[in-house]
Amino acid sequence: MRPSAARLLNILVPVKRAVDYSVKIRVNPQQTGIDTNVKHSMNPFDEIAVEEAIRLRESLGASVIKSIKAVTIGPPKSVDILRTALAVGADSAVHVALPESAPSPEPLAVAKTLQALIKKAGDGESKVDMVILGKQAIDDDLGVTGQMLAGLLGWSQATFASKVEVDEAKGEVVVTREIDGGGEEVRCKLPVVITTDLRLNEPRYASLPNIMKAKKKPVEKFSPEDLGVDYTPQLETLKVTEPPKRVGGGKVASVEELVAKLKEAGVAAA
Amino acid sequence: MLRLAARSAKPLTALRSASRTFATSRCVRSERSPASLDTFTEEEQLLRESVRRFAVDVVGPKVREMDENEMMDPSVIKGLYEQGLMGIETSADHGGAECSFTSAIIAIEELAKVDPSVSVLCDVHNTLVNTVIRKYGNKEQQDKWLPLLAESKLGSFCLSEPASGSDAFALQTRAKKEGSHWILNGSKMWITNSYEAEIFLIFANASFRCPMFSVSMLTILQQIDPSKGYKGITCFIATKDMGVQIAKKEEKLGIRASSTCTINFDDLKIPEENVLGGEGKGYKIAIEILNEGRIGIAAQMLGLAQGAFDKAVPYTFERKQFGQPIGTFQGMQFQMAQAAIDIETARLLTYNAARRKEEGLPFTKEAAMAKYWSSVVAQRVSGQAIEWAGGVGFTRETGIEKFWRDSKIGAIYEGTSNIQLQTIAKFIQKEYS
Repeated sequence: MRPSAARLLNILVPVKRAVDYSVKIRVNPQQTGIDTNVKHSMNPFDEIAVEEAIRLRESLGASVIKSIKAVTIGPPKSVDILRTALAVGADSAVHVALPESAPSPEPLAVAKTLQALIKKAGDGESKVDMVILGKQAIDDDLGVTGQMLAGLLGWSQATFASKVEVDEAKGEVVVTREIDGGGEEVRCKLPVVITTDLRLNEPRYASLPNIMKAKKKPVEKFSPEDLGVDYTPQLETLKVTEPPKRVGGGKVASVEELVAKLKEAGVAAA
Repeated sequence: MLRLAARSAKPLTALRSASRTFATSRCVRSERSPASLDTFTEEEQLLRESVRRFAVDVVGPKVREMDENEMMDPSVIKGLYEQGLMGIETSADHGGAECSFTSAIIAIEELAKVDPSVSVLCDVHNTLVNTVIRKYGNKEQQDKWLPLLAESKLGSFCLSEPASGSDAFALQTRAKKEGSHWILNGSKMWITNSYEAEIFLIFANASFRCPMFSVSMLTILQQIDPSKGYKGITCFIATKDMGVQIAKKEEKLGIRASSTCTINFDDLKIPEENVLGGEGKGYKIAIEILNEGRIGIAAQMLGLAQGAFDKAVPYTFERKQFGQPIGTFQGMQFQMAQAAIDIETARLLTYNAARRKEEGLPFTKEAAMAKYWSSVVAQRVSGQAIEWAGGVGFTRETGIEKFWRDSKIGAIYEGTSNIQLQTIAKFIQKEYS
């Protein structure tokens, strides 16, 4: 009797090119958005996602994880973050090309794109078993793409992951999720969508030899038409403003004074 | 790698007529149109970003401690090796990253923005030690030494002596042949990386083999022959365990974490296969390599200036006096603008010299200009940075004053400023007289 051959797992890592975390954000004069003529880099939570995929392969071995593919949706310059993903260890990348002037795709459109790509990959050797992506992007902080994708695909989801363990024999993952009360452990059957949280890992730097190796790794290109996804925004941003400037606090001399001030502010019961 | 392949396929005439085109660079519009001087390939940009992050995250937290202790943290050196930054131009066959010379310059600049001491360690190892072996080593030497240098062993370049700095080729270290070995005696001084290094490139004056047709006492050639002047100078590869003695470690004004020691050779025995490039070729090796090394130092000084600027300017927009951030006062603004211009000029000189070298164009004058000017800019801008930050800039806590102390060496090592000016003047004289 032939033992059931455990098929090797393929991991898809969607990454987003977002405003770099170190940039001082400024609202644009029209108050329709932020000044995007600034430094961009890979969304930090997505970096953690790429790192986790690589670490899974390092710990489980190439006998379990077959491929790690990075994908991004955006204008031509988005390819630079794909190169970074390739330089830290992804095997191949996909660029879904949007025109330069197109607005940033919304989570539902992103999720539909990923769904289309996963469908394209089929059920054979290239079947996608795990999607690991950041819990949110640091520019819009929407934090919904992973969940929407799981919903569209009907897959298990484990969000805000701070620890991921793969049990390939059982076809399951055990994920520790960060929740308000602490940590929650969930067991999910493959295929699964995992979103990464800050404490999952610390991403590595792309070493010089790996940057050079990345040059040879393939980057596939698709257009929205190829995947049949409509990127027309469903949401319209009416206004973007800076938060009100913090005014200085005041010092109080005693607890009584503090209570009196709190009552004045309407925060404490009279 | 692609760039190197393209260069060797193109005939030299095509190279020269194409001026500053980078055929395989993805950011050039067309093969024949010259690009601006801040054009970099995708790999070079990725490298810059990667080194920047490494420098900020791994080196940054240790800078003050290393400076106060006058000691390079071994984990920093290890990190440089892990990032592949110790064999930048070395071929992949020898364990290196097989990148362009400009890539090395980028790495040196990015490291210097955080710590010029770490930058010079990487610079000397790459642009002096690695390159000498790559260019002048025979196959056996390359196969033996380049992988060691790329993977784990630090290199040191030993030319200067107590009595010979600018007058480098008046060196007194002697080498005499005994059977299949050379015996070296003498001292080297001001040697960077010497405390941590395991591989040393030593320049010593060896005697020539006189033809054995005369039985006169003079031709019994076990004697030193410094009278042959620079023609006897030979480059030897030595390892620490051959008996290189590390003596006094200098206590310096700046780049304190970079070890600068006197090293002694007391009948140091070196096998003959460790002669690089052949007997008497040391002068040529040193002259040519120091030309390239100059661009490395220019990059270090450039990074230093930029690092000081980047540390001080944000502070000026936070610090308020008389009701406004001091960075908004016109006097301050004019100073910052001038410093930015200075840095830009140093940047263009440095990267243009680097590209000229890559393209096989003559670059001696440009390298001298870049090194000289970058060291001037580094001194000026780092000094200003202290003043912009006021009292806080004067304390050691912010690390701004460290840049100023570190900058002073720029006008001194790898060719003093006066030597650079002399080099440039020679070209002028040749052209105009």
